[in-house]
This record gives sequence, C-alpha cells and structure tokens, in this order.
Amino acid sequence: MNPTPPIQTSDFVLQTSTRRGLNPARAVLDNGVVLLAKHTTTTPAVSINLAIRAGSACDPPDAPGTTWLLSRVIDRGTAKRSAADIAEALDSRGITITIAVTRQLFSLVCTCLAEDFEAVLALLGEIVITPSLPDREIETRKGEVITAIRQDDDNPAVRASESLMALLYPDGHPYGRRTKGSIEVVETLTRDRLLHLHDQRFAPTELSAAIVGDVNPSHVHDVAAGVFGRWQNAAPPPITLPPVRHATRRQRLVIPMMNKAQADIAYGFTTITRRDPDYYAFWLMNNAFGQYSIGGRLGDSIRERQGMAYYVSSSLDANVAEGPLVIRAGVSPANVDRAVASIDEEITRLITEGLTPKELDESRRYLIGSIPRALETNAAIASFLQIAEFFGLGLDYDVRLPDLLGAVTLDQANAAARRALHPERATIVIAGPYADVESDNRLIG
Amino acid sequence: MRATTLDNGLKVLVQEEHTAPLASVWCWYKVGSKDERPGLTGVSHWVEHMNFKGTTNIPRDQVKGIIEQYGGSWNGYTWIDQTTYLETATRDALDRMLFIESERMANCLYHPDDCESERTVIISELQGGENDPDQLLDQEVTATAFKAHPYQHPTIGWLPDLKAMTRDDLYGYYRRYYVPNNATLVIVGDVDTDEALRRVEHYFGGIQPGRDLERLRTVEPDQTGERHLTIRKEGTTAYLKVAFHAPSATDDRFVPIVILDAVLAGAKGLNLWSSFRTAPPQRSARLYRALVERGLASSVSGSIVPTQQPFLYTVSVTATDGTSLTSVEAATLEELDRVRQDGITDTELAKAKAQLKARLVFDNDSVTNIAHQLGYFETIASVDVFTALPSRIAAVTCEAVADAARSLLAPSNRTVGWFEPLPIGNGSGKSEVGSTKSEVRSLKSEV
Repeated sequence: MNPTPPIQTSDFVLQTSTRRGLNPARAVLDNGVVLLAKHTTTTPAVSINLAIRAGSACDPPDAPGTTWLLSRVIDRGTAKRSAADIAEALDSRGITITIAVTRQLFSLVCTCLAEDFEAVLALLGEIVITPSLPDREIETRKGEVITAIRQDDDNPAVRASESLMALLYPDGHPYGRRTKGSIEVVETLTRDRLLHLHDQRFAPTELSAAIVGDVNPSHVHDVAAGVFGRWQNAAPPPITLPPVRHATRRQRLVIPMMNKAQADIAYGFTTITRRDPDYYAFWLMNNAFGQYSIGGRLGDSIRERQGMAYYVSSSLDANVAEGPLVIRAGVSPANVDRAVASIDEEITRLITEGLTPKELDESRRYLIGSIPRALETNAAIASFLQIAEFFGLGLDYDVRLPDLLGAVTLDQANAAARRALHPERATIVIAGPYADVESDNRLIG
Repeated sequence: MRATTLDNGLKVLVQEEHTAPLASVWCWYKVGSKDERPGLTGVSHWVEHMNFKGTTNIPRDQVKGIIEQYGGSWNGYTWIDQTTYLETATRDALDRMLFIESERMANCLYHPDDCESERTVIISELQGGENDPDQLLDQEVTATAFKAHPYQHPTIGWLPDLKAMTRDDLYGYYRRYYVPNNATLVIVGDVDTDEALRRVEHYFGGIQPGRDLERLRTVEPDQTGERHLTIRKEGTTAYLKVAFHAPSATDDRFVPIVILDAVLAGAKGLNLWSSFRTAPPQRSARLYRALVERGLASSVSGSIVPTQQPFLYTVSVTATDGTSLTSVEAATLEELDRVRQDGITDTELAKAKAQLKARLVFDNDSVTNIAHQLGYFETIASVDVFTALPSRIAAVTCEAVADAARSLLAPSNRTVGWFEPLPIGNGSGKSEVGSTKSEVRSLKSEV
C-alpha cells in the first residue's frame, strides 16, 4: 500500500488544492487519522465513507473469512451501546450502514440527513474504535454468513468468479481466498479471535474518513477530531502479499451445476498493480475491449452479432498486487463452447491487430466525459476520494485524470493488451448446466 | 418543474437542476407487460430491446457512441405498467438525447436478422433469472396470486411465447404503442427550460399521434381463500414469500401500507430505479426482529411498489441454513397477524415517517433519479402523486395503518410460496411446482 504521506497540520482549509475540480479538504489528525471533506449542496444529506486498511488480505492464513464475520458483527454493540441501541439510532434516522470488505479495505459507508451528521459520525466512531462483539450477536451472524455461503454455492456466477480467483491466485494467496471463508472455518471462529483481529488491524493510522455533503469542511474537522482524535492503537505492520505468479499455460475448469438454466463463464488473467505506469493504458484498452457501450468489442461480437448472451463484459481490478482482468458472460449451455471460442478470437484479434485509433479515441472521450457523471452524488465523490487517498493519487486527481487518459498512445494501449492477454495463458471457469471432458477438474479440490 | 403537452399529445416535464453540468432525458411509454395478450407475453420487453437497434436516421452500427462521446450512459427497462429509455450525459448532449428519443419513437427498423439475434439474448436473460431460486419463487407466487389480471405473467415472458413470436408481432406492437400521445418525455438537469422545450418541439412536434389505445379492462376478482405453492428443486437454501393483493398508488390505503411496510421491514423509499441499491433501515423492524434476530432467517424484506392497478405487497424471507420453512412461515404469519390485530404504535409511526423522509431525500440525489421519479409517477398515475407524497405521508395516522393492515393482511388475501431445496446431485435440474401455475416478476428488465 502506498498511502499519501501524511501532512501534519490542524489547518484543514489550507490543505485544499488550489486547482479547480472537486478541491477536497484534507487533514491528518495527530494520531494519523486522515480526513477528507467536500462541501456540496445537492441534497440536505451527507455521505460518510470510513475506510480502514484491514481488508480480507488481513485474514489469518488458517482462517479465511474472519474479517468478513467481523464486518457482520462490528456494528452490533459498542462499549457504550447495545445492538438494540444502535438499531434504534440508525432506524430512527432512516440510515443503513453498508459494511464492505474488499481485499485491502474494510469500509463503513452511510448517507444521513445533514441534521444527523454529528450523531451519526459519533456512532460510527464508536463502532470502529470500541466494538463489543457480543457472543450472542456472533452466533446469530454466523448463521447468516453460513446461509450466504450456501447461497453462493448455488450461484453459478459466484462459483465461476470465486473459482477463477482461486486459480489465478493459488497457494493461499489472499486474492484467491473466498472473502466469506468456508462454513467449516466460520463455525470455529470465536469472539477472542475477532477481537484479536480488530486489535491488530484497526488503528488510527489505518483509517481515512471521507465526508461529503451539506456540511462545512471546518465543521467536519471539528466533529471528526472529537470522534477520532483521542483514539490510540499501535500501527499494525504492513500487509505483505506474496508475489503473483502469472499463468504460463491455459487452464480450464468446469463446475457442473445441472440444476441451473444458464452457464456463467469467467475467463481471466492476472495483470498489473494500480501504481503501474501503464495503468491508464490498461484502463483504456479494457474499456474498448470489454466495456464501451454494451461490452465493447466483446459485446459487439457475443451479444450484438451472435446473440449468445444477455451479458458479456470485462473488468480490470488493478490493485496493490497485480489484480485480475476478468471477462464474464452468461450463456445458454449449448453456446458455452462458441462463447469461449469467440472470446479467444477477440483476444487474438486484439493482440495481433490492436485497437484502431477510432476505438481508442472513443473510449478516451467516454472516460473523460463521464467524470462529471461519476462524481455527481455525495456517495460517489466520497468513494472517489477514498480511492485517490488509498493509492496516493493526490487531491487533484480528478483534475489530472483527463490528462492522464489523454496521454495514452495507441501503441501503449496495444502493448497493454499484448502484455496481459493471450488465449494460451487464459484461465477459464465454466459453472452451470454444462459438462465436458476438457476440464482439468484437479485444479480445484 | 414545468409541464406541457405538445399538439400531438406528448407530455413533457422539465425540471432545472444546476448542481452538476449534467442532463438526464427519459422517454416513458404507457405500455408494459400488463398490456400483453396471451401468446405475446414478453413482447413489451423484447420491443424495448429492439428499440436500441438502429433507426431510419441512426444506422445500426452507429447506435453506440452517440451518447458515449459525451461521457454519457444510456439504458432502458420494462415492467408491468411501463417501458422507459434514458440517457444521462453532460448538458451539451441534450440535443443528441432528444434526437435519439424522437427517432426511437418514430423510426425504429426491426430488421428480421436483429429480431432473431435478440430472441436468443432475451432467452439468455430469462435463463439467467431462472438461476436464482428467489426470483423463480417470486414469479410463481405472483402467477398464483393473480387468476385473471395480466400482472400475472412475467415481464420477460413465457419461454414458449418467446420462441414463437415473430418480427411482425414485435413491429405491430411497437407501432401501436410508441406514439406521442402514449408517452411522457422528462428532462432534468443543467438546462434552460424554454430552450429545452424549443428543442423538444423541433424533434417531436412533427411526429403524428396514434389512435386512441384500447386498454385491457380486466379487474382481478377478490381472492376468497389462502393459496399455497411449493417449488421443490435442487438447491442449497430455502425461501419463503407471502404476497397480498395491495392497492394501486392512487388508492388512499397505499401510503398507509408504505408506512406499514416500514414498520414491518424498514422503509425502502419509492424509487424503483434506485431504492433497492441501499438496504432499508430495518434492525428494529418487527419482521427483522422476529426472524433475523431470532436466527430463523438470514434476511427479510417487504415490497410495496407504486403501480397503476392493484398489485401485491410481498414479504420475502431467506431461511437460515437448517431452519425449516414451517418455522419460518409460522413466525412470519404470527407477526403479520399481530400487526393486523393490534395495529402500530405512535412511536413506530413516527419512526416510519422519519425513515421515509430521509429516503425521499436520498432517492433524489442525482438528475437521473429525479427524472425517473417524475416520469415513473406520470406514467402510472400522475406526477402530482409524486409531489404529494410528503404530505400524504405526513397525514397518515395509526388508525389508517391499522385499517389498511386489517384488510391487506387477511389470510384469505394471501398467497404463500415455498422454495424447498432438494439435495444437489440427486435428481434432475427440473423444478417441481406443488400447486397451480407459474410466472416471473422481473422487477426490472434493463436492456
């Protein structure tokens, strides 16, 4: 992780960028908590996005899913409030806290009316700093998590995606583990284990708080300093990720699910880190290949010309480690082989003939033009600020982004395709009412 | 907001919002799956798909790219009462958005090859939905709850109809319903109202109105006894749904039922396009406490959606692993009976109103969402129904909620559906429905 170097200051306003754009305010409390604030007046509401560098990559190697269970329980009681108190505090204001766990981040996100901002931030602060994790709540949430795992087991799209990640990131790599873990592990988790994880990974140095809405940034600073300023806990050691091994041969796994009507295909590669200088070339290449309009080139071929799938697209998730580029499609079982062959053909065409100047220009114009739309709502701005903070992109990232995309040449975009994609190195998972003899089902136990 | 109607009958709503340099255009048609006849189920949704495949003045290969060049997004959806199309992009794309929607109204091509290609896309969409047991149960429950009204059949259509429908069926349906006097155009964003209306007249003013549409007049007869169905199919998880015939959006009982739902399962808001993206505040809600907090269910939700004609209030429950549907159903019905007997408290009423106040704010956080709400309500009833929501909510009393609960939650008004999972690998993938007929309620079919 490469967070932006902290700026020790109490003068929140002076830390704003001087260029036009979002121009958010940023400050770092003495204990290391990062505050990001942006005043908007679109609605009388405030979005709060708290991101802690404590994602599922922090799971103990022998207990994948610990972070996920913590995320289900963390807001069910604090040192001062019971679960029922918290429920009442949220429900009486019409608020839902969404707690998300990604590979790197543990996030608490909610939107409240501006008049409730102070009370809601105080509650969120208690939840982050002093969760009580009652045993009764842990048992109830375990039941929910186990049910969710069972639902995932019956979902071809989830099975295909999770199995693909396990193949791309084998040997216990944190990116290859199921975020929810397994039923066997979840059943063994204890309050002590969750408390230990919280104590180890939740610290002020790991928290950034993005607050966007109808509230003045200086007031945000005062309120946030009151909530988080006295929090003390030692900074955890950095998360070390094993090196990513790029596939050297084609792999194919079929997960027969004969009770289903449609097959889901997940077809992917490991690619680059978010801080790779070629990131913007990869972004543009992926947009033209599998996103632009209805699924880029892939959509043109598989949905529009061949009518094989309701959905087909590719996504790029460049991260701290080399993240995946994943192509996903839902097709009739009779069309699985044709769809995979079409993906192979489109990749081959991309790496041999490249994108056209027109395609690159269209994707570039789209991505640059979409920035105002992507930053329209408070919640979207808060999320954008967190990404910029996490990857150290700077307060003026929204202003610089058009130039970063504008600087990518056709050669760079095509080089990105050649660097990442090749049918001979593809990893393919098919889950659904389909079975074949080509699959190497030994790939996953 | 300014409302006007062109000479050809096109209703136009324009609302200026200058908070971002964006504009959102939605074109709504008063046609949905309730307008479909037997044998043509799914035609509204398929027509929606075909209306993205080129027009007289927008060649097939140039459909994509027009809005994208302004950084915009576009989409469409079909449901029981309505079909709608949208573009949201930077404000300088307004002219292009209006051009596209005028072309869509008057000049779509329906090339036979495109109709065939889209047939398999839609069947793929249907099969993707069938992969989800919860959705499968929803369609069966809805089909069982309605004996006569066309809300009974799925928006996506029945598979045999999708296999048999012809290009002429699609094109005939398009020509009948895609006329200005059956449409509402909504513009919200960083625009000048007068200039926007001039451009609307320029693009739409010359489109000829269609003849008056004859609507199906079926009224669902009162349900006279509880209906029950069970789907037994390979799976991992058990699901329960309890559906009750509920009033339309204009009925006086509708908003009290929205309050009732907030008390039972948390307030969702009333934006079909965006409300579902955020879970409701429900931890202190009655059904959540009775089912999730007791470990019987991993999730519970309620659904009351504004519709033109009486539709359903549905409670959906996911049983926790190892919990029987018998227990889940008993606990659910016990809570529903309790509120039917005793009504709600003043505290619950105040909380529900506070939740809805917040959700109405959250649901209007973008030009896209604001435009959706204006067009949605104008299409199913009137935009006045939307603007009156805050005052209707404020006026609700505990007595009104109790009255609504007594009639809504009567056992004779309910349909109970179970999805009972069979062990995987021990049989075929086919489902076995233990009662009556089946259907799909695809809440939204986006293109």
